[in-house]
Amino acid sequence: MLQALTLILLCQLAGETVVLLTGLPVPGPVLGMLLLLVWLFLRGGVSEEVGRTADALLAHFSLLFVPAGVGVMLHWERIQGQWPAIAAALLLGTLVTLAVTALTMAGTQRLLATVSRRRRGAVGD
Amino acid sequence: MTDAPFTEIWVYLAASPLLWLSATLVCYLAADRLYRLGRSNPLLNPVAVAVALLIGILTLTGTPYAVYFDGAQFVHFLLGPATVSLAIPLYRQRERLGALAVPIGAALLVGVLTASLSAIGLAAWLGADTATQISLAPKSVTAPVAMGISEKLGGIPSLTAVLVVSTGIVGAVFGTGVLRLLRIRDDAVKGVAMGVASHGIGTARAFQVSPTMGAFSGLAMALSAFLTAALLPSVLDWLGLAGG
Repeated sequence: MLQALTLILLCQLAGETVVLLTGLPVPGPVLGMLLLLVWLFLRGGVSEEVGRTADALLAHFSLLFVPAGVGVMLHWERIQGQWPAIAAALLLGTLVTLAVTALTMAGTQRLLATVSRRRRGAVGD
Repeated sequence: MTDAPFTEIWVYLAASPLLWLSATLVCYLAADRLYRLGRSNPLLNPVAVAVALLIGILTLTGTPYAVYFDGAQFVHFLLGPATVSLAIPLYRQRERLGALAVPIGAALLVGVLTASLSAIGLAAWLGADTATQISLAPKSVTAPVAMGISEKLGGIPSLTAVLVVSTGIVGAVFGTGVLRLLRIRDDAVKGVAMGVASHGIGTARAFQVSPTMGAFSGLAMALSAFLTAALLPSVLDWLGLAGG
């Protein structure tokens, strides 16, 4: 547990440091995630301990968003003044994004499958 | 008996981070219990219920958000390590990942542009001011990235944080229903859509459906964070909103 946690924190620290040094427009933890992924590929596997620690952290991922969510308190006035626009962007915008993303991925998969089937058919001729 | 001892205890406790840290955990556990009692009805989303409970308590006790956050920051801090550890479920999916690189790439590009353009477009159409529009633009991206983007481009970072959490709740509450209506059955596709549209909260919901859906949602969330950070400045520039 302790070793795994240290590894995870070090990846985050490395990510934050790289972002500070290079001015990359992404946050440190996201870069840290990619660094950990690269490290796992280099090492060729996930140790049981790292796996268990990650699963424990992710088991209550939702909880971690609660403190930021409570921050809605700070913005009552702005939200009250513009609530139809904000509500539409949040609800419609998010659902449209979800649908468009899913259909794009499913469509591309189908397209690729058709192309490769045709190619195989052409070779078979 | 006067209420002096109680006031004293309250003053002492309210000044230490322990009180609001505990309150955050207790409210979340209560919300989670309610969610389970409601047979995982997405409308009882634990984040939304916990936030509502805490706002009620803070309002009743007249506690400012800054005091609350002093305690809650310990939970907030774990967002970083949890984001890093998304690499593990991702690594476990490495074989499918390679096979799906092109469809995932296409979905990410189209999804990221749809997310910010639909938010800005709807908000502008319904009369939101520029600061609100810019704060909404990165709403589908994980909170720390979205706040950074918002600040850089002239939005209000703390408003963005709230909009991001709300977006996540919308995705978690309605996402699986929308995907069912579209007859999407592949957990990889469902996960990518969830991660692009509603980041970490959507990912948390995806993990409840299946580990595969969660892993792809985590991947999509991470990559769309990169892509949004890279593309949004040009998009806002193109829309004439830059530097607002």
